[in-house]
Amino acid sequence: MTSGRRPWLKPAVFAGSLAPLGAILFQAARGALGANPVAEALNRLGLTALVFLVASLACTPLRETLTWTWPIALRRMLGLFAFFYACLHFGTYAALDQGLRWSAILADVTKRKFIFVGFAALVLLAPLAATSTAAAVRRLGFPRWKRLHRLAYACGVLGAIHFWLRVKKDVREPAIYAAVLTALLLARVFVYARDRRRRRAIVASSPP
Amino acid sequence: MTNPGQTPPSSEITPEALYADRRRFLKNSLLFAATAAGVGGGLVWLTGGARSHRGARDSAGAFPAIEPGPFGTDEARTPFSAATMYNNFYEFGTDKDDPARFGGSLKPRPWTVTIEGEVHRPQTVDIDTLLGWFPLEERVYRMRCVEAWSMVIPWDGFPLADLIRRAEPTSNARFVAFTSLHDPAQMPGQQRDVLAWPYVEGLRLDEALHPLTILAAGLYGRPLPNQNGAPLRLVVPWKYGFKGIKSIVRIALTRDEPPTTWNASAPQEYGFYANVNPSVDHPRWSQTTERRIGELSRRPTLPFNGYAKEVASLYAGMDLGRFF
Repeated sequence: MTSGRRPWLKPAVFAGSLAPLGAILFQAARGALGANPVAEALNRLGLTALVFLVASLACTPLRETLTWTWPIALRRMLGLFAFFYACLHFGTYAALDQGLRWSAILADVTKRKFIFVGFAALVLLAPLAATSTAAAVRRLGFPRWKRLHRLAYACGVLGAIHFWLRVKKDVREPAIYAAVLTALLLARVFVYARDRRRRRAIVASSPP
Repeated sequence: MTNPGQTPPSSEITPEALYADRRRFLKNSLLFAATAAGVGGGLVWLTGGARSHRGARDSAGAFPAIEPGPFGTDEARTPFSAATMYNNFYEFGTDKDDPARFGGSLKPRPWTVTIEGEVHRPQTVDIDTLLGWFPLEERVYRMRCVEAWSMVIPWDGFPLADLIRRAEPTSNARFVAFTSLHDPAQMPGQQRDVLAWPYVEGLRLDEALHPLTILAAGLYGRPLPNQNGAPLRLVVPWKYGFKGIKSIVRIALTRDEPPTTWNASAPQEYGFYANVNPSVDHPRWSQTTERRIGELSRRPTLPFNGYAKEVASLYAGMDLGRFF
């Protein structure tokens, strides 16, 4: 797969995907995360997870609309990085922000809409990460696996809502992610409608 | 080993396949490096990791020696750099470092403050004249932001009560209304309607006259940096930080409760009183604990931000869950 026409692509994206974490660790070690380093790390890890989610959701529409095939080779890795950063985001919240006071965390998750929504996105990502192997696809059968992995869209939408509800007033940045997600969803709907039309056309033109 | 001009022995000739592989290897290495750098750099930039957190442009000229005032605390002071680079001042942008980055366009001199409304002596006064009326004193206060972080800041200011008494309130005066500068050229954040400009705040008259309430002209013994609300701001230490209106141009005494910006923007989240209260949660987050800037673990939030002894009596009999 990787050793095809672009053997460098997957390793390069893998290395680059570690950069946000590397930057945070490097800046934290130098005391360069600003006055509230926990909040800074927390926000950046969460945003990175959302970027990976959106990127993984963009792979299929890119193939369908622009006939690019190389993003598909990256899709699983991007999705796993989304889960990786989402876990780091939650871990930072639980350990550094809340100091592992589980009663406070439980109260937050159940009482705060925006934390509940973010937590739900993380929980829904877990089965997707767990079934990301080729063996899992075989075990489930492709149609069922595909249906399960449509949950990625729900995760993306929940992630964007989580971001939107968190900001105090300025929703410009969450609005950008919401717009990109909407465009990706619309692209799917468009492709679905196009393919159905084509199938019908084929059926209609075939002799009775 | 070989003589010049002679064909090298075939054992030393690089096989064509290897030669081609070497070129491919180089090309792939370059593509790998460029892609990794592009993806990594793009991600870090997209998630805000490329911004540098610069400290304050140090405001020029320290004040001459300032006497420490009452209500001090021996809690560790927040570093000057943190207090001047981690600010909420939406007039310069909504990110914490925006006020320090973009505050330079504010011109705190010349500056006038208008005192009007229910007073016998309304007037518009130059800021330096006004500051000449009252000796500055140092007040080391806890500052609790509604976002659940806090600082300890040595302010240089004077009691608001002194200014109000000088203006001689009429018997109708029951509230004090404050207004910030409205000038999108000096305050670029006002070019977007994130909030309804200008920023306005208000206090009940007894709150305004309380000896804890000050107007600050400086911090850490020097004039207020622009990002902290130059040249004059309100400090009410038992209330959430957003009550501390910055860059004040107008102070009016009123009969009725004046509108306040965050309350008008999201009334279910921000009340007129905005007293620090660990038992009244913000709808979206808990107020029971706070992160003191510079500390890793959270600390409990105290009723009235630890000033209950001084101010709780102002609210005797009031339902603080309703009047939050």
